[in-house]
Amino acid sequence: MSVPENLKYAKSHEWVRDDGDGVVTVGISDFAQEKMTELVYVELPEADREIEAGDELAVVESVKSASDIYSPVSGTVIEANTALEDDPTLVNSAPYSDGWMFQIRLSDPAKLDALMNAADYEKLISE
Amino acid sequence: MVDFAGWSLPVQYTGIKQEAQAVRSSGGVFDISHMGQLFVCSEFDGAAVAALDRLLTSSVTSLRPGAGQYSFLLNEAGGVIDDLIVYCLEDGIYFLVVNASKIDEVTQWLEQKLPGNVTLEDTSNQFGGIAVQGPDSAEWFALIQRAAGDPDPVSLPERFGILDLPRSMGRFLVCRTGYTGEDGFELFCTSDFLGLWWDAFVDAGATPAGLGARDILRLEKCYPLNGNELKPDRTPIECGLRFAVDMTKVAFIGKSVLESQQKQGVPHCLVAVQQVGKAPPPRTGYGISANGQLIGKVTSGGVSPGLGCGIALVWIQSGHHKVGTDLMMEIRGKQFPCQVVKKPFV
Repeated sequence: MSVPENLKYAKSHEWVRDDGDGVVTVGISDFAQEKMTELVYVELPEADREIEAGDELAVVESVKSASDIYSPVSGTVIEANTALEDDPTLVNSAPYSDGWMFQIRLSDPAKLDALMNAADYEKLISE
Repeated sequence: MVDFAGWSLPVQYTGIKQEAQAVRSSGGVFDISHMGQLFVCSEFDGAAVAALDRLLTSSVTSLRPGAGQYSFLLNEAGGVIDDLIVYCLEDGIYFLVVNASKIDEVTQWLEQKLPGNVTLEDTSNQFGGIAVQGPDSAEWFALIQRAAGDPDPVSLPERFGILDLPRSMGRFLVCRTGYTGEDGFELFCTSDFLGLWWDAFVDAGATPAGLGARDILRLEKCYPLNGNELKPDRTPIECGLRFAVDMTKVAFIGKSVLESQQKQGVPHCLVAVQQVGKAPPPRTGYGISANGQLIGKVTSGGVSPGLGCGIALVWIQSGHHKVGTDLMMEIRGKQFPCQVVKKPFV
């Protein structure tokens, strides 16, 4: 199970990458994609949507079930990864790269510190 | 793992899609130990068959020893208590395979309705079971016996037939049935021996398959699931399952309701619906509409590995049931197009 050091994590299994200038990229962790099993559909947010941390922002569906993806941060959606609409399995095969889900401009970059680091997240998923 | 009628069952071993595809192309093995096994017997040969013929919708009297048939146990209103397979082992001895979630309800109903000279025995806890399904399954059965050096190998029974094997290893029943639409068989024996058979089939090439694969495979064939399609307030006529009802029988519980539905038609029915274009997978409970009016609900849904699109069984108002009818499925507040198609999907 891969948990990259350079990312931050939310309890609800999203990862956040700090792209600098108050912009972050969000996806779901390797652990989450494996639990979900192979994805067959991804519903993404529209650009310019304003969101609060904890808002339901996307839905991923496997053959088995549908799961909400929550925004780990507050801000405005800049862009969603529309490649996932054609190939949702990118989330399974490359959860931390091609399987990214959306990019957000943070309303308060300082709040990033409230998220877990890799070591804490690893602890969470091994429990 | 998920809870299924008190049993802990795996949704998948490796992946629902590949397990389902393996069953269609070669074969898979499912743990079906949760299913219920009942014996209905009578000293006087005619008593058990007469009682069952009155309680079930199929023509139990026409069953010869070694044969089985798909059937319904109905309530007085013609609604489905359970769908099951009834086998005649020999005159006066009948074997019923019922749904795990309905064992108590079925046994209570039978206990109430069977006459005093017919006995009912619930052997569900003594039997484990596996289902081997797929085009290669019959070959594996022969192969395993050859490999074990069995001097007296047995052949599989005919479709819907049952074989009651000698008791050297305890009771051992092989039924040429399944829930996937593929050739195959279900094997019931004491749980001690079941693991050996499971391993033997896996070694022979069978893919272990879980509940997820089982559900999408049965949905592709439009086989109903009790609790989803079948309910105590829905009849086999409404569900489009008349083939398992012998209306020429003099009497069976629920017959009069079914008769009047046949004459007057039904307000609702069960249809097969396929999604058109990209859409989230259909799931139980999603609303179905025509011209903006809610007219039905998804009873079971999934993504067909065979067709590569969303498929669903839908409980719908009659009139919108014709093949080719365009409908809308509401998913999280959005409308996605779908169309009534011919059963089965594959």
